[in-house]
Amino acid sequence: MRHVISLLLENEAGALSRVSNMFSARGYNIESLTVAPTEDPSMSRMTIVSIGSDDVIEQITKQLNKLVEVVKVVDLSEAAHIERELMLIKVRATGKDREEMKRMADIFRGRIIDVTESTYVIELTGAATKLDSFLEAIDKSLILETVRTGVSGIGRGDRILRI
Amino acid sequence: MVLTGAEIVIRCLQEEKVEYLFGYPGGAVLHIYDELFKQEKVRHVLVRHEQAAVHAADAYARSTERVGCALVTSGPGVTNAVTGIATAYMDSIPMVIISGQVPTAVIGQDAFQEVDTVGVTRPCVKHNMLVKDVKDIAATIKKAFHIAASGRPGPVLVDIPKDVTAQKCEFVYPKTVSMRSYNPVVKGHTGQIKKAVQLLLEAKRPMVYAGGGVILSDSAEKLTKLVKALGFPITNTLMGLGGFPATEKQSLGMPGMHGTYEANMAMQYSDVLLAIGTRFDDRVIGNPAHFAQVARKIIHIDIDPSSISKRVKVDVPIVGNVGDVLDEMIKLVEGTSERPDAEALSTWWKQIDEWRARDCMKYKNSDEIIKPQFVIQKLWEVTKGDAFITSDVGQHQMWAAQYYKFDKPRRWLNSGGLGTMGVGMPYAMGCQLAHPGSPVACVTGEASIQMNIQELSTCKQYRLPIKIVNLNNRYLGMVRQWQEFFHGNRYSESYMDSLPNFAKLAEAYGHVGLEIDKPSDVEGALREAFKRKNDLVFLDFKIDQTENVYPMVQGGKGLTEMILSAEDL
Repeated sequence: MRHVISLLLENEAGALSRVSNMFSARGYNIESLTVAPTEDPSMSRMTIVSIGSDDVIEQITKQLNKLVEVVKVVDLSEAAHIERELMLIKVRATGKDREEMKRMADIFRGRIIDVTESTYVIELTGAATKLDSFLEAIDKSLILETVRTGVSGIGRGDRILRI
Repeated sequence: MVLTGAEIVIRCLQEEKVEYLFGYPGGAVLHIYDELFKQEKVRHVLVRHEQAAVHAADAYARSTERVGCALVTSGPGVTNAVTGIATAYMDSIPMVIISGQVPTAVIGQDAFQEVDTVGVTRPCVKHNMLVKDVKDIAATIKKAFHIAASGRPGPVLVDIPKDVTAQKCEFVYPKTVSMRSYNPVVKGHTGQIKKAVQLLLEAKRPMVYAGGGVILSDSAEKLTKLVKALGFPITNTLMGLGGFPATEKQSLGMPGMHGTYEANMAMQYSDVLLAIGTRFDDRVIGNPAHFAQVARKIIHIDIDPSSISKRVKVDVPIVGNVGDVLDEMIKLVEGTSERPDAEALSTWWKQIDEWRARDCMKYKNSDEIIKPQFVIQKLWEVTKGDAFITSDVGQHQMWAAQYYKFDKPRRWLNSGGLGTMGVGMPYAMGCQLAHPGSPVACVTGEASIQMNIQELSTCKQYRLPIKIVNLNNRYLGMVRQWQEFFHGNRYSESYMDSLPNFAKLAEAYGHVGLEIDKPSDVEGALREAFKRKNDLVFLDFKIDQTENVYPMVQGGKGLTEMILSAEDL
């Protein structure tokens, strides 16, 4: 099962490698990992997407909690939550492809944020599956490069992760 | 008061009442060593290799209730210490290691004796910290001691660059530590504890399985009280020996790969298993799938939530300090007139006695050749079961664990988790310093002892009268045993040719060396050794080369699939 784990940790040098080390040392899987400081600069928030059985995910949350710099851990996928990911994609946009690409970006509610005579950079936000669909929907030979941030997640409604 | 970083380090250690600091000097820690020189409260023990410094500090912690402390220099000082740190980490030993680092200005520039210490040690410490500002030294060291000793204990490393030890600032040692990210649970959940006690009182085939957590939380007395009140059988793991008196009838000995028949059978066929401060590791329960075949209720008390349901699903998890939880359980048991079904318990004991009657620890003694088991039995007799015993890793370790009956906690020091050959002598050093005047014996083999043999020199310098019981079979015994059982007697690289004359080697270091090759001389030699209260005596016992450790559960097999003797092969 795919799980989205959210954690708060001290914004200190080495905290990130402590988390990623734990995953590799214990053979756990990381699909994506994003991290940045929160509104309180002394603390970072991390979203990790991992795939594993319930037992494995339980161990992952326990092992994360055990790390001295980790303040709080929550498995977002246990209840209603929102996931978003940002993708920047550079495509070839010439001739008839230029108009088609603009149309596809509009359909997916993407924005073109850089334009040259022959290329576009499109910014697209959404659930990871939406970004995948966009990549499926356009002509693959036109893709020059892509960069994705990995998933950020937050609980719905009153589910709040803070100290 | 304005002090240098180095002065602050020493002041912090004094504040923490560090009695012994095990270490080895080098460039990056010269300022700290200079300050050590100027004071007398913290006594430094100069080892001959940094690995031994960490092991000795580890043993100091294991044999007392205190935090062990070691000091090493940057680069190779740290990499040499890694084995010691990993050993302590696997066995949850509270320790603070201070390491020197190259000056902050050259960190990352591949400076002389530079290594990414925080990176290298990260996977084998409870926590580690690099101090980049002299103002942070005191708070960091305070934190280190707090983290090392609280919750599930473990080694904590503090890395201090050389220039930071030379800078100055106002010294204030913090009185308390408060960390929003680290607050280990101590008290167990009351509801869970009640549930557990109820299960125990209703059990028909109860079994207590106690590990190193009992020793680390100093709860042997409490455990003994509870187990005696309930009249249940108990097994103590390799790390938990001494948590319940081994000479008591209720003790079934050690469980696991080289555990007793009765302990393993009772673990497997119990209907309620009370696991205390232990982690169902592969050397204890064998194959988890086989272990899970028999339905039983499991209560698991552990301070580390990640130990619970890691390898075996449990029914009543209790996260908390073993001592606090045992207190609650004793209160509940004493507060009720309810007692376990006496008839069921007596039937269960009858079954256990039948298993016990197999006498799985018997071995064929000989008049011709020294049997290792016999040496340990004599060691137990000669020391009246009251010595501190350290061991290295291998067959001798198992024989020591099986045949020396530990009645008290913190008397048995060995590397249970990591299985580090070479710990024996440094362990004996740390232990002897912590307990001057007490008999300390290191049970070892001719292979293990050579992994830290240089420490004979340290023992001379500090007049440590430890007794080295070398069970010399001229083989890497445990490797040879596995090769005999599982690799068609192909003894690939397990024979050691060109061994030194250990007695003479000991003499060369200024100690007493004895060579014993007749069974009739064993007891006399041991008595002679322990009579020499001020001498290190190296007893080189030439033992049976092909003796094996029984019983044995093969790796991957079920707990009850035991090889009891050579006839079972």
